[in-house]
Amino acid sequence: MIDPRHGFDRKASLYVAAGKVAAVGEAPGGWHANRVLDAAGLVVCPGLIDSSARLREPGFEYKATLESELAAAVAGGVTSLACPPDTDPPLDEPGLVQMLKHRARSLNQAHVYPIGALTVGLKGDTITEMGELTEAGCIAFSQADAALADTQVLLRALQYAATFGYRVWLRPQDVHLARGGVAHDGEVATRLGLPAIPGFAETIALDAIFELVRATGVHVHLARLSTHDGVARMRAAKKAGLPVTCDVAIHHVHLCDVDIGWFNAHCHLVPPLRGTRDRAALRAGLVDGTVDLICSDHTPVDDDAKQLPFAEAEPGATALELLLPLTLQWAKEEKLPLSAALDRITAAPARVLGLDAGHLAPGADADVCVFDPDLHWVVAPSALRSQGKNTPFLGLELSGKVRYTLVGGQVVHEG
Amino acid sequence: MHNPQLNADGELQHLLTLEGLPAEIIGRILDTAVPFVSIAERDVKKVPLLRGKAVFNLFFENSTRTRTTFEIAAKRLSADVINLNIGVSSTAKGETLLDTIDNLVAMNADMFIVRHGQSGAPHLIAQHLSATNRSHIHVVNAGDGRHGHPTQGLLDLFTIRHYKRYFRELTVAIVGDVLHSRVARSLIHGLTTLGTPEVRVIGPQTLLPTAVEALGVHVFHDMRQGLAGCDVVVMLRLQSERMKGSLLPSAGEFFKHYGLTVEKLKLAKPDAIVMHPGPMNRGVEIDSAVADGTHSVILPQVTFGIAVRMAVMSILAGN
Repeated sequence: MIDPRHGFDRKASLYVAAGKVAAVGEAPGGWHANRVLDAAGLVVCPGLIDSSARLREPGFEYKATLESELAAAVAGGVTSLACPPDTDPPLDEPGLVQMLKHRARSLNQAHVYPIGALTVGLKGDTITEMGELTEAGCIAFSQADAALADTQVLLRALQYAATFGYRVWLRPQDVHLARGGVAHDGEVATRLGLPAIPGFAETIALDAIFELVRATGVHVHLARLSTHDGVARMRAAKKAGLPVTCDVAIHHVHLCDVDIGWFNAHCHLVPPLRGTRDRAALRAGLVDGTVDLICSDHTPVDDDAKQLPFAEAEPGATALELLLPLTLQWAKEEKLPLSAALDRITAAPARVLGLDAGHLAPGADADVCVFDPDLHWVVAPSALRSQGKNTPFLGLELSGKVRYTLVGGQVVHEG
Repeated sequence: MHNPQLNADGELQHLLTLEGLPAEIIGRILDTAVPFVSIAERDVKKVPLLRGKAVFNLFFENSTRTRTTFEIAAKRLSADVINLNIGVSSTAKGETLLDTIDNLVAMNADMFIVRHGQSGAPHLIAQHLSATNRSHIHVVNAGDGRHGHPTQGLLDLFTIRHYKRYFRELTVAIVGDVLHSRVARSLIHGLTTLGTPEVRVIGPQTLLPTAVEALGVHVFHDMRQGLAGCDVVVMLRLQSERMKGSLLPSAGEFFKHYGLTVEKLKLAKPDAIVMHPGPMNRGVEIDSAVADGTHSVILPQVTFGIAVRMAVMSILAGN
C-alpha cells in the first residue's frame, strides 16, 4: 500500500467502512468484512486525481458522454477529475454546472469537479459570476484553450478572483504568436511545412501572467507547460514565492515533435509537442517539483475528426486510461520510486485542486485504486472504455493495469 | 524513419516527398524521363505504357498549369485521365477527403494525382489506401500545403542535370519566399540527396522558416552575397497576398532587395542558369530582362516537367 501524502509505503491491509477509510494495518475492533479484495502482489493507492479531463458534455455527446468517460476514468483508476469549461455551451452558468454535477453523481463513478469559465462564453470580454459558479460546484476558473487576448480583462478577472480567493487556471500562450500554428516551431515543422507556434509564445504569456500575479496576489495554476524556458520561468517564479503551481500533460512527458513522423494526426495536441530539449526540461521539472503534477489532458475525439490532414485534424488525445501506466513508465525511466510517481497523480493534484482527497488516512473518503504494476497490455481501441480511441500510443505495450477502483468505498471497476 | 512511399521491396509505391527518397530512385526517374523528352517532338506523341489505366487528377486547390502538365503526361502514356476539381464539388457538399477517395476507388482508379492546400494530405490518402488493403493504387503528390511538390522538385533536378551535369560540383541558390514554398522544400531535399555541396536560401527573416539550416542549406539575407559564384539561381513565386502585410511592406521593396535583375545576376557565374517554377510575377521576384534572357531556362523547365511526370507515372505503374 502506497499513500504518498503520508509517506506510507509498505505491505498493509486497508479497511473500508461506510465509504471511508476505517483503518490501515490493524483491523478495527469487532471487524467483520462483507467483501475482501485480495491485493496480494498488487499496489493499493489513493484513487488517481486528474486535473484535466474533457468529458464532452454538454454539447459534444457525439465525441463522448459522461457515461463513457466516467467509465474510462474508473477503468484507469481515476476517482476524481476536473473538467475544463470548453463545452458547448461553455460552463459559464450555474445551471450548467449543477446539471453536470447532478448527472455525474447519478452515474456513481468518479467525482467530477468542474472548472468554470473565466469569461462569459469563453469570449474573453465579460467575467463570469464566479461566486454563483463556485456555489454550483466550480473549483476554479479558466479559459481552457480559448484566447484571452485583452490583458485588461485578464487583470480584472484575476483581481476579482483574488478578492474572493478563487483559483484561476491559465494555459500560458500568447494568442497572436500562436495564431494559425499547429506544431512546434522547429526543424520538424519546417520539414513538414506545418504552420508553427514558437516556444516563446509560452514564455511571453508566462511573464505577463507572473506580473499580474504579483499585482493581484491571486493563486494561478499554469496548465500544460510545454517548453524548456517555461519550466525555467516557473522555477524562478516559485523561488520568488509567487503563489503559482503548474502541470504537464502526460503526452508531453513522453513525446516530442519528432513523433509526428509523417503527419500523425494523433500527435496534433494542444499545446504542440515540442523538442527533445523541452521534453527533458519538463521531466526534470517534474522530478525536482517545479512542475507539480501530471494530468491526462484527456480529449476524446471522434475518428472522422482525426482522419484529416494534420492541421485540420482536431487536436487532443484520449488518456484517462493511460495516465497511470504512462506515469509509472516515466518514474521507471527516471529511476524514481513508485511513491514519487503516484504522488504526481494523487496527492499533488489534490493539493492544487484544493480537495481533501488523494490520500488514505483513516477518516478519508475511500477512493482507492488497486493495480497490478507488472501486468502488460497493449493500447488498442478495443482495450479502451473511452469513446475516444485517439491516442499516439496506439499499439504500444504498457505495464500497469487497474484491477479494482473504489469510489466512496464502493467497487466501481473490476478489471 | 519508415518511408511510406516505398513498398516492402524498396520500390516506389507512391511519390509523396523527395525527403528520404533514395538517390538511386531519383536517378532512375531522371534517366527514365530522358527518352520521354524526345517523344514530345515526334508526330505521334504517345506511348502505350499506361494503356487502360485510370488516372484521377484530384485537385483540391486550384491549379491550371500543374494539372495540365499531369494531364498531358498521362495522355501521352495512353492513360484515361479524369479531372476533378474537388474545390468546387464534393467537399463543398460536406464530403470528407477519404470519402471522396473511397468513391473514386470504387470507380476503379489506378492512380491519384493529388493537389491539396494542407501539408500531409497525400500521405493521409496513401496511408488510408494501405490501411484498407488497396496499396496497388498509387498516389502522386502534386503539391501539398507548404510541405512538398516532388514532381516539381524532380523537374528542377532534371533541368539542372540537363544544363549542368554534375550535382557534386554545383552551388545552387533558392531565392524568395522559402517559408511558404513546397517547391523549395522538395528541391532542397533532392539537391542534398544528390550530393550538391552548396545549397543556399536567400530571403528576409520573415520568409525563411525556423531552423531551415537543418535541411542542409546556408542562409543569406543579402542577395548579392548569396548569388556570388552560383551555378543555378532558382527564383520562387511570391503569392500576391503576401506582398503587403506583416511579412513584407510592399512588392516594390521586395523587388528592390530580392528581385533578380540583370545586374544582380552578374554576381553569379557567367554560365549560370535561372529557373522559376511559374507562374512568374514579373517585376516582383524577377525582372523581364532576366526572365526572357539568355540565362533563363524557365520554358524548358515546363517541357521537361511533362517528361518527368511521364517517368514518375510510368515507374509507379510498374514499367
